[in-house]
Amino acid sequence: MDAVIRHLSNIVRLGVKELWSLWRDPMMLVLIVYLFSVAVYSSARAIPETLHLAAIAVVDEDHSPLSQRIVAAFYPPLFTQPTLITRDEMDAGMDTGAYTFVINIPPDFQRDVLAGRAPAVQLNVDATRMSQAFSGSGYIQQIVLGEVQDFVRRYRASSTLPVDLNVRMRFNPSLTQAWFGGAMQYVNYITLVSILLTGAALIREREHGTIEHLLVMPVTPTEIMLGKVWSMGLVVLLAAALSLFFMLRGVLGMPIEGSAPLFLAGVALHLFATTSMGIFLATVARTMPQFGLLVMLTILPMQMLSGGSTPFESMPLFVQRVMQLAPTTHFVELAQAILYRGAGIDVVLKPFLILALIGSTLFALSLSRFRKTIGQMA
Amino acid sequence: MTPSEPVVRLRDVRQQYGTTQALAGVTLEVPAGCMVGLIGPDGVGKSSLLSLIAGARAVQAGSVRVLGGDMASKAHRDAVCPRIAYMPQGLGKNLYPTLSVEENLQFFARLFGHGGAERRRRIDELTRSTGLHAFLQRPAGKLSGGMKQKLGLCCALIHDPDLLILDEPTTGVDPLARAQFWDLIERIRRQRPGMSVMVATAYMDEAQRFHWLVAMDEGQVLATGAPQELLARTGCDSLEEAFIALMPEEKKRGHQAVVIPPLQVDDADVAIEAQGLTMRFGDFTAVDHVNFRIRRGEIFGFLGSNGCGKTTTMKMLTGLLPASEGRASLFGKAVDPNDIDTRRRVGYMSQAFSLYGELTVRQNLLLHAQLFHVPADQRAARVQAMVERFDLQNELDALPESLPLGVRQRLSLAVAMVHQPELLILDEPTSGVDPIARDRFWQLLVDLSRRDRVTIFISTHFMNEAARCDRMSMMHAGRVLDSDRPAALIAKRGAATLEEAFIGYLVEAAGDAPTADEAPVIETRATPAPAAIGHRAPFSLQRLFSYLWRETLELQRDPVRAAMALLGSLVLMFVIGYGITLDVENLKYAVLDRDHSEASQNYALNLAGSRYFSERPAIKDEADLDRRMRSGELSLAIEIPSGFGRDMLRGRAVQISAWIDGAMPQRAETIRGYVGGLHQKWLAQQLAERGMSVPQTASVETRYRYNPDVKSLPAMVPAVIALLLLMLPAMLTALAVVREKELGSIINLYVTPVTRLEFLLGKQLPYVGLAMVNFLLMCAASITIFDVPITGSFWALALATLVYAIVATGIGLVASSMTRSQSAAMFIALVVTMVPAVQFSGLLHPVTSLEGAGRLIGDIFPSTYMLIISRGVFSKALGLRELGSALVPLLLAVPVVMGTALALLKKQEA
Repeated sequence: MDAVIRHLSNIVRLGVKELWSLWRDPMMLVLIVYLFSVAVYSSARAIPETLHLAAIAVVDEDHSPLSQRIVAAFYPPLFTQPTLITRDEMDAGMDTGAYTFVINIPPDFQRDVLAGRAPAVQLNVDATRMSQAFSGSGYIQQIVLGEVQDFVRRYRASSTLPVDLNVRMRFNPSLTQAWFGGAMQYVNYITLVSILLTGAALIREREHGTIEHLLVMPVTPTEIMLGKVWSMGLVVLLAAALSLFFMLRGVLGMPIEGSAPLFLAGVALHLFATTSMGIFLATVARTMPQFGLLVMLTILPMQMLSGGSTPFESMPLFVQRVMQLAPTTHFVELAQAILYRGAGIDVVLKPFLILALIGSTLFALSLSRFRKTIGQMA
Repeated sequence: MTPSEPVVRLRDVRQQYGTTQALAGVTLEVPAGCMVGLIGPDGVGKSSLLSLIAGARAVQAGSVRVLGGDMASKAHRDAVCPRIAYMPQGLGKNLYPTLSVEENLQFFARLFGHGGAERRRRIDELTRSTGLHAFLQRPAGKLSGGMKQKLGLCCALIHDPDLLILDEPTTGVDPLARAQFWDLIERIRRQRPGMSVMVATAYMDEAQRFHWLVAMDEGQVLATGAPQELLARTGCDSLEEAFIALMPEEKKRGHQAVVIPPLQVDDADVAIEAQGLTMRFGDFTAVDHVNFRIRRGEIFGFLGSNGCGKTTTMKMLTGLLPASEGRASLFGKAVDPNDIDTRRRVGYMSQAFSLYGELTVRQNLLLHAQLFHVPADQRAARVQAMVERFDLQNELDALPESLPLGVRQRLSLAVAMVHQPELLILDEPTSGVDPIARDRFWQLLVDLSRRDRVTIFISTHFMNEAARCDRMSMMHAGRVLDSDRPAALIAKRGAATLEEAFIGYLVEAAGDAPTADEAPVIETRATPAPAAIGHRAPFSLQRLFSYLWRETLELQRDPVRAAMALLGSLVLMFVIGYGITLDVENLKYAVLDRDHSEASQNYALNLAGSRYFSERPAIKDEADLDRRMRSGELSLAIEIPSGFGRDMLRGRAVQISAWIDGAMPQRAETIRGYVGGLHQKWLAQQLAERGMSVPQTASVETRYRYNPDVKSLPAMVPAVIALLLLMLPAMLTALAVVREKELGSIINLYVTPVTRLEFLLGKQLPYVGLAMVNFLLMCAASITIFDVPITGSFWALALATLVYAIVATGIGLVASSMTRSQSAAMFIALVVTMVPAVQFSGLLHPVTSLEGAGRLIGDIFPSTYMLIISRGVFSKALGLRELGSALVPLLLAVPVVMGTALALLKKQEA
């Protein structure tokens, strides 16, 4: 019993020391505050809505009231004011990327429409601009055909089947990009900051030579590692909670669908895994710059392939399989489910369990590596 | 210049770093043609003074005249720089550890403009005369301390300087190597009598051999004169005492000579015992069968040079390092790293000052008391007792970093003593402290030993400290040469001083190994070398090449950076190529069919046929739909109402509901498009089956150009190449420059004839080359693995990449000039490249869609244009003619970026 109390008290003391160290490190504090406030805000705002000021040009070879009507149908914010160009200018304009879309209205278009010959408008899309190509061409098609329809309606009526498709967006009815961008960066920052903080805490001890001091004291490596894990995890948990309530919900006005405590429980579980990873990486790297390079090569893939930036199910199958081993994949899954879709524990039980499993494995791995290498650090 | 004229003339020189006054008005005239010593402890301004004289540091206030001209004038610095040689403080600080002896010398010789044959001749002569000739191929980092200093000297002498400036050249070097070093300098001076030598040293005994001394303290000159003169003036026997006598009154107050009461110990009561203790790292034996016995209450000293195994031995005793062989015991118990209880009986003070800089003095003491489990009710009293004993009352709430070195050392000792250990292990506790603080520290040790019967095991490289120990071991190259009372050791060798005795042991240990130092020093010195002395070409390809060649060698020998440079881009290319996929495929959907009619099944089948969707088991009911959408399992749910088929046939309006998960707006948008399209298709089919025709007014014929399948990879891969060719080269270049700042070799930029442009280009070009290699690798990966072919002109792309690589590495150079630490340089390089490149250059969202500041950044940032070129060549089958308009902004960026880097780089330290 005494031994247990002694272990616990050592772990608490060592953690409190970490907190003091962090408190007196203004650079790190500024970084944490910046990432969880300004950076979350700017990543929510920086990503334009899916279709925003798409560059469009029109080659009008008809010069009819209908073609002018079509040209007038495009205006900001979805599109830029259409530029009127000639057929010859089209290729160069698309080659240099001046226009993403060029509509070509053929000669005698209006006459053919009215004659029921169903002429075709040509739409050229720069398909290297994936983000706009698809949704943009859909919109353009709708707008052009809508204008033609309206124009024609004055002349004759049409018939169609009475089956209507009622499309409804759940969870984010207006498809506000800011909620998605902001919240997903927020989730990424939780991973990044926890790994950075824990890793840097260990490397700093090594660079300052204080690890040597710890090792000659009556404390065990497990206690040293746990001291860092709980203290740095707590800091990130706190920052995450504040950012959730004040930044995401407050400033960005994002409705948190699910239970905040449940989400924070998920964060805590995730932090257990990431702080262990931070320790692991810090035992591999010898200096801060090396640690930085390592973090880039490991965290970037973990975050980009976790499903936080683009749909997970659209990635190649082997990537999906490998990424099942990464904690971020499951964390992103549960974060999206709880934050956007209001899932309860019954729905996200699986990612919780997997995350716990990955966390314990990572912790065990890091601990064994930490014990093995700590002697060489002094 | 006549010999009688002073070589250096200083008038009221002041130097300030932040709040620290390094030099507080120094006025000095240094005679030419002799050996001048600067004495005083660390941090009194010796190094600042020497770096000012060498021209490495910019003069802040006062006048510094060296070799007949003003060092504040750039023209004069350029003119005399080839006549001055400067060896900065720190063992081999201006050397490159991964480069061999030969490569280091070649590097310096090239900088001073010697031709190939001349370089060979000089290198051979210098290394023969210093005994380094046999080690030409050995990396500088693997040389012993003494050999490093000799190499540093060779590098300094490669260009026949008239003024040789040595900053603490012998600190931490064993006495034999030290003696040899001074003999070498003496012989060189005999060959070149006109040469002036200025030396800073912390060893007072060493200063005895100089012709003229400058004693310094707190940025001021205390006294100048020949050693004998100073001794006579103060009436002291040794320079150390003389120095103390010269120090200002208020500092001396309370100082008294250390008095050591006689030792009374019980021979059987052994605190530490080591038998055959050995430590091997790979094939290197750091500690070789060391034996000693230390009795309780004794002060036992370990004397030896840096790297002789003192620290390793101490680490084995504390359990920090497991011994490879032999055994050590503390208080009769074998040292066991897992034995927590023995640790409480030991206090340890490591070589580097290693307390928590972020904790106050009080917090440091308290933390250690807690971790050593001092009972809670005694902690406050114990901390208080330590504070009183070690005189820390006034510093209780200060942060250790703000304290003077002497106080920090007392704090370290207090921390090591807070749990009242019976044994203290101190690893070089007094290096860098002034003699008064050192005496005070020793008095505390003596009290601990004699009053509290604490056993003290201390290592040092100061002879006079070792002489104060009860018993001591002399250590060299991992072996203990002898152990005894200091007086007995002196007597055994029949020497006059401990130093002489130590040298005697060292010579004996070396056996009759020939010391090459006996070879005559360079004889050709009489004929002036054809080297370009006195005038300097404004731009020299040879100097540029010298830096380029060295950078390339270093990069080759640094596995982490090299791996990052070569493989980093490929790894990241795969990750981002697959990660930022904008394809929306395999969307999981399910149908809630409440109708179960032929029509409803037909509708569902219509969806299942699409390649964009993959069907999941049917939805059972409302609750099932809700749960599966919440968990993210379904991105789309289709609900077909009951009576759908019947109503449709009767022509009654029916409504199918599509629920889309809007959490990912981009994906939701795409799903909406797909579903709408499929619905229209189905309607048209139904109408056709009924023999009705779709009323057509007009159609839109969509041509997806450049990427007909609208796949993500062809759109992303060219963009990723442009992104990575910016980020990684910028970061690596920034690291390369800041690394020199951190390690100290940047000094070679300050004191050799190399110009800033040569330096920058030399550092930059290897990374431009690497970027081109990366470019080829990524192109190959793109074509073979990602199946994204190059449809346009490869050569146009290669040309643009070359320009772009120069800009990217240039951005790295700019980033490096703003920071001092590698971590910060990496961070800044990452931020200034990644953020604009990812968000504002058209990677995901075209620049034309941006507004405000984002648009402005997008318009001027080079990545925007590289993206246009890369996509143009990869996807749009374009060549140089069509892309010329995008290449121009890239070309314009080159002078802007390089000019900025050049303007920000300083040829002197601030």
